[in-house]
Amino acid sequence: MIRLTTPITEAQARQLKVGDEVLLNGRIVLSRDAGHKYMKEQKPEWLKPILENMVIYHCGPVVKKHEDGHWSFVAAGPTTSIREETYQAEVIETYKVRGVIGKGGMGKKTSDGLKHTGAVYLHATGGAGSLLAERVKRVVDVKMMEEFGSPEAFWIVEVEDFPLVVTMDSHGDSLHEIVAQKSQERAKALTA
Amino acid sequence: MSECVIPTLTSAEVVASRSVLPANWKADLAQPQSLDLTLPALELLRRSTSRLPQDVIDALVRGRDAEEDGSRSFNTLNDMLRNIRLADGQVSPLCQDTGTLIFWVRHPFGLRQRQAKQQIRAAVAEASARSWLRPNCVEALSGKNLGNNLDPFLEGHPIVHFEEWDRPEIEISIMQKGGGCENVGAQYRLPDAAIGAGRDLKGVRKCIIDMVVKAQGQGCSPGILGVAIGGDRVTSYEKSKEVILRKLGTPNPNPAMDAFEKEITRDLNSLGIGPMGYGGNTTVLGVLVEEMYRHPASFFVSISYMCWSSRRNSLTIASNGTVSFD
Repeated sequence: MIRLTTPITEAQARQLKVGDEVLLNGRIVLSRDAGHKYMKEQKPEWLKPILENMVIYHCGPVVKKHEDGHWSFVAAGPTTSIREETYQAEVIETYKVRGVIGKGGMGKKTSDGLKHTGAVYLHATGGAGSLLAERVKRVVDVKMMEEFGSPEAFWIVEVEDFPLVVTMDSHGDSLHEIVAQKSQERAKALTA
Repeated sequence: MSECVIPTLTSAEVVASRSVLPANWKADLAQPQSLDLTLPALELLRRSTSRLPQDVIDALVRGRDAEEDGSRSFNTLNDMLRNIRLADGQVSPLCQDTGTLIFWVRHPFGLRQRQAKQQIRAAVAEASARSWLRPNCVEALSGKNLGNNLDPFLEGHPIVHFEEWDRPEIEISIMQKGGGCENVGAQYRLPDAAIGAGRDLKGVRKCIIDMVVKAQGQGCSPGILGVAIGGDRVTSYEKSKEVILRKLGTPNPNPAMDAFEKEITRDLNSLGIGPMGYGGNTTVLGVLVEEMYRHPASFFVSISYMCWSSRRNSLTIASNGTVSFD
């Protein structure tokens, strides 16, 4: 088990390999469909200091606003990452992001982006909304709430021992590809 | 030996003590036009969003026990079981994607459907305000989110199917179907030359295997498949969701189809996709199939994929007015 704390350096990201189990600590930034479209098309400058050497989490959380105005996370598992395939590599490069957390894995374009910039794709257990929300210790800030609504907003949070698996690394390897290939072979045998 | 998480749910007493329905709540089914279903529907939502059905939990435990001790698939299933315990213990959503809400209301003559729909919508808005549901209903093109899970045009969300029946009681079932698993569902039109599937059960089997291989871990495996054979495009897809209401382990009433379900489940679990697509022996928790009549020229196979967090629940208002949940 590897313990990592954000910000992450390029060297740290490049050391990680497919299959590594990681406990992530520190700040991460939530973003999904609307946020990725916005980052690719408008490349907002204000996000640069927030995202440099940081980790993006594909997640639209269930949140709760308390009477004193502070937010907490109620459920916060990963959403399907492949929807960001057209945006991800460019976002990683533009903002020097070192890690992307999601589920289901991503494609060739993102894999090339991870290699080029020096970043990894980290897989969280889909559907484990309560368990992962428990590891979100503090909501630091939320951006673009008005424009995008709560599931799509940029939530900046602090996590503690957030359990992840490296399924795509900066060396071009992907656990998703390996499993897909094996299952396709088996399917061929089953339907022969 | 790694820890084997046993997800014991809170007792019936605790669940009752947390209910939004007063203990003495009773309906007067003799006056169906004055019935208020808001509170029962809200309690139904509370349970379905935070408590996984026991048959699904049992299937996950069996899956975990079929994985190699300490493997990534074993650990992942353990995390899923931990999550189930946590969500139930604190009454929080099992998954942040609280899904598309699909209701099936079966009722005797006399219930006012428009009124019942408004009451269900009120319960949905209230559950959203209580953070039991994520605001999951956005305008198609703009993505605008009104925050209350209600489609203002009364059509899109929540989805409410009504059916009048001859029985005296009212039954409301709910399914919370996440977007990730909804996106991996598929409809095939047989014959399908691309996958070599003809118009028979062998062809149906090829469709199912093809769909699951394409989905990999994307639908949050291990999933539950609802399969409808026949119908038109709409009724076929609709049926493929409704069959997921059947409890896992309940045999298909058609013995030949029951055998098919068991065999295809074994086949799919030999694909090696595993929990979340990490590899492993547990790719699906079950396959539920139903056959319908069809137009002679059309042969549809519709497959709905339900994620491992198969959130469903039913409430029954008996003829004496008391409510029970299952």
